Amino acid sequence: MDPLIQELTKEQIRDDIPAFRAGDTVTVHVRVVEGTHERIQLFEGVVIKKKGTGIGATYTVRKIASGVGVERTFPVNDPRVAKVEVKRHGRVRRAKLYYLRERHGKSARIAEARR
Amino acid sequence: MTKGILGRKVGMTQIFTKDGVLVPVTVVEATPNVVMQVKTVESDGYEAVQLGYQDKREVLSNKPEKGHADKAKTSPKRFIREIRGVELKDYEVGSEVTVDTFKEGDVVNVTGTSRGHGYQGNIKRWGQSRGPETHGSRYHRIPGSMGSIINRVPKGKRLPGHMGMKKVTIENLVIEKVVADKNVLMIKGNVPGAKNSLIVVKTASKAVKADK
Repeated sequence: MDPLIQELTKEQIRDDIPAFRAGDTVTVHVRVVEGTHERIQLFEGVVIKKKGTGIGATYTVRKIASGVGVERTFPVNDPRVAKVEVKRHGRVRRAKLYYLRERHGKSARIAEARR
Repeated sequence: MTKGILGRKVGMTQIFTKDGVLVPVTVVEATPNVVMQVKTVESDGYEAVQLGYQDKREVLSNKPEKGHADKAKTSPKRFIREIRGVELKDYEVGSEVTVDTFKEGDVVNVTGTSRGHGYQGNIKRWGQSRGPETHGSRYHRIPGSMGSIINRVPKGKRLPGHMGMKKVTIENLVIEKVVADKNVLMIKGNVPGAKNSLIVVKTASKAVKADK
């Protein structure tokens, strides 16, 4: 990346987001604006991928909502995310956990990692 | 009135707006341009300002170029272009034009030289489809028929040839952000050309008309 671009986007990069990896369970606090009212919506699930660097970096969180798999991709530096809580570290051997999409129930569990 | 500046395409990135919307932007670096010449109806038959961007080495410039630059009390420039339809009294020979001329929300046209792709066939150059690979089709990637027999190729017939490296203008782009201390314009969307290519940013003529 061009150093000038890095310099320009530096101020928008957030340093208050905790470190987490694929396999970790996180709760994302998303600010939702409804008309004039603002509230916080939680999205809790397993991080199945982290992608990119700098301002363009994203992560995808997968959860099962009423029996249906739901994935949401957030930009790491999104100002609409109030905070990210890491609930649990998972032990996984892959960086991208796409295999979870084909699994459900017992086989979709991830062992806890002591970190 | 038209405003213009010359610059360099640095590359693309993304920025968040105040509402948290992620916007794709092209970063254009435009270090202060120098007004090389002001053309008037009396002396040249039309009105324009000639801007110069980026100094070039002494050894790369010839005597006429140096003489021309001396009139504006500056050094020879790599990229010189005219901007027409400007308010002439705002420009003085030798003065500088900075990114401040534009502000957030301005609608601009960006002109540059598109990426060169070399000699390309019809499929890449004109987006045509290929024929079947097998079943004895014998029609794979060729341009097709030249039309009825008129002993010449019809004008405008799409054929293989050199692709890209042409002057391209993208109209009605919006300036998302102006970073004056780094001489940077952030333009929403893409602009023509490869990274580090030289471009002209000008007020969009159609947007000016729509305002009136």
